[in-house]
Amino acid sequence: MSFFKKLKESISQKTEAVTNKFKEGLTKTRTAFVEKVEELITRRKKIDEAFFEELEEILIGADVGVNTVMNLIDELRAEVKKRKIESAAELQPILSEKLVGLLKGEGDKQLRMADSGMTVILFVGVNGVGKTTTIGKLAHKFKSEGKKVMLAAGDTFRAGAVEQLEVWGQRVGVEVIKQGTGADPAAVMFDAVQAAKQRNVDVLLCDTAGRLQNKANLMEELNKIFRVIQREVPSAPHEVLLVLDATTGQNALSQAKLFGEKSGVTGLVLTKLDGTAKGGIVIAIRNELNLPVKFVGLGEKMDDLQEFDSEQFVHALFAGLIQSSEESEAAEE
Amino acid sequence: MAFEGLTNRLQNVFGKLRGKGKVSEDDVNEAMREVRLALLEADVNFKVVKDFIAKVKERAIGQETMKSFTPGMVIIDIVNKELTELMGGTQSKLAKSNKPPTVILMAGLQGAGKTTSSGKLAKMLLKDNHRPLLVACDIYRPAAIKQLQVLGEQIGAPVFTLGDQTSPVDIARSGLQHAKENGNDYVIIDTAGRLHIDEALMEELRQIHDVAKPDEVLLVVDAMTGQEAVNVAESFHGQLELTGVVLTKLDGDTRGGAALSVKAVTGCPIKFAATGEKIEPLEPFHPERMASRILGMGDMLSLIEKAQSSIDADKAAEMERKMRTAEFTFEDFLEQMEQVRKLGPIDQLMDMLPGMGKMKDMKNMKVDEKQITRVEAIVKSMTKDEKRKPEILNHSRRKRIATGSGTSVAEVNRLIKQFDDMRKMMKQFSSMMGPKGPKGGMKGLKGMLGKGMKFPF
Repeated sequence: MSFFKKLKESISQKTEAVTNKFKEGLTKTRTAFVEKVEELITRRKKIDEAFFEELEEILIGADVGVNTVMNLIDELRAEVKKRKIESAAELQPILSEKLVGLLKGEGDKQLRMADSGMTVILFVGVNGVGKTTTIGKLAHKFKSEGKKVMLAAGDTFRAGAVEQLEVWGQRVGVEVIKQGTGADPAAVMFDAVQAAKQRNVDVLLCDTAGRLQNKANLMEELNKIFRVIQREVPSAPHEVLLVLDATTGQNALSQAKLFGEKSGVTGLVLTKLDGTAKGGIVIAIRNELNLPVKFVGLGEKMDDLQEFDSEQFVHALFAGLIQSSEESEAAEE
Repeated sequence: MAFEGLTNRLQNVFGKLRGKGKVSEDDVNEAMREVRLALLEADVNFKVVKDFIAKVKERAIGQETMKSFTPGMVIIDIVNKELTELMGGTQSKLAKSNKPPTVILMAGLQGAGKTTSSGKLAKMLLKDNHRPLLVACDIYRPAAIKQLQVLGEQIGAPVFTLGDQTSPVDIARSGLQHAKENGNDYVIIDTAGRLHIDEALMEELRQIHDVAKPDEVLLVVDAMTGQEAVNVAESFHGQLELTGVVLTKLDGDTRGGAALSVKAVTGCPIKFAATGEKIEPLEPFHPERMASRILGMGDMLSLIEKAQSSIDADKAAEMERKMRTAEFTFEDFLEQMEQVRKLGPIDQLMDMLPGMGKMKDMKNMKVDEKQITRVEAIVKSMTKDEKRKPEILNHSRRKRIATGSGTSVAEVNRLIKQFDDMRKMMKQFSSMMGPKGPKGGMKGLKGMLGKGMKFPF
């Protein structure tokens, strides 16, 4: 069975609604990225240096990291030599397979929840990536699963940040633990953990202020928040999610690395994916840092935060490719 | 500092070029490949990179270049000029309407930093004795209005809002009216972040634009944006006719290639750079400084400005004369060291010097402020006579100095040896340059640099 068939079958077992959401959200990505590859393959029938160069540009244009692209292209070159491939069309499935391979990797994409008692999830990231919004959406998701949720307003720095989280709290109907602007965020976390324990909360979602990863003091502050949570609930935080803006370029790698060092990032949330023609940075991060993507933000609505599924992602990304490969297979039969 | 990665990369490339007497077409090609990778890694859009490389190549592989004495330098020069041009030539000022109020519209993606930049812009205007009015048109994000209100309160600028139930177009209209009635000479309209592909919201932005007829439309761009920066800038530019760009979060460790891309596709100047979430005035963006920084030519302009503001010109001239005639003594040495230290922490200065960015990577090149203090202690432990006539420093004097400064005789010896070498060098140097030397503002700097290179530690 061909690779695409396998992929399709494993996806068909999943609910159609989710697949559609991925498809819709990634329309931009698909048109910009996949169609370019297709166009290249049909236009350039032969594989030569110019072909590789153009392919390189398309991949880099999708924010797949430079290193990752160089490696990928080298591998493709080797494959072409080994299998003596001459036409570009033959290379297409190999390329897709390699891309899926890059995305999959090890590591579970499921959120790690506490075995018993409270689950604590800490959100970190640079300024303006959508941490608070993500927390709001995730709170909605947990609430609708029947869990008791509490939010901790750890962004005590930015003007209006506490209010923003409060509005989300009201919308979703969950409690928000807060102190005034300028308070020590670690103290807010301490309060929140205590309150959550007392009220038998299932999930505690902790917001933090956005900070650039090269600000040593702010990163130390984050480390303190992390330590306070760990001290109060030994197994916590169960997940530390780095929120990334999908429009971010190569700097995302630096973010993932430095936030990882200070707060033990366990997974990524990729926001604003619906608006960008990219998504390639997912591949770069997966490949270079081995951090799984746990959620993707595919829209502005409350339920537009989806669990990331590399198969869905690739399926949506390569919808066009899959179709054409099926056709050719059908023709063969 | 932003762009540092790119600097290192390009320095490696040109280090190779510099060593060669002649540059062949192959050399140029190799150098350009590195430049291309470096720019791509810095998130400069690949189309922009392609054009850039093509331009430079065309100019580099020319007859003139090949015949010139140092072809490497010629290529660096071309790359530098093209890069500066790409970044937007000289810096730009904020437009001013003939008929107040001047209206500034802020637009951009979510989380780019529009609201914070609006606050900073207002602060900048307040500093210049203007009366800005902030208009809160972000009715979508929870507490966005509140954020602007808090910022307004912090900096002491009025904020106009009609809550989040009125349409942004109406808010803009009423805000403008409000400004006219209250004599505000600048109106800053903060809009909601929106994706450039969201047609409904882009249409709304166009309507705000129609109502407000802004004199400035500033696109706020996150410096960390990747390849997408081009599409964002293109579509905002297509809808709104941007007049300028604000580049935010430049204090991160991003290489900031987005700056190049945005400028290249819109042709709009990058007017301001924003760093940090504390409300400080926006900083003007200096493309020419940025470009030479990228190329590892150091931020000499900033350094000269710094030197001019803190080094006494008369003293510098006198110092230069002494250096030329080799009258330089330990007293002068001490004085000069103090002047240099006035400029700021040594490693920050090193960053600005050409070629230093690369040297700093080598671990043993770490400049130790403590070491300077130690050198100072040694010199200060000398008697007046000893400082003026280092020749008289015999063993027993050296021993005394070592005890007095809390160092060892070996360290004292080393310093004296280096000082002697330095004097000899200066003598050679001055005989080479003749009595006149370079003119003008460079004088003080030259004195400083001449010694900076030979700091005896």
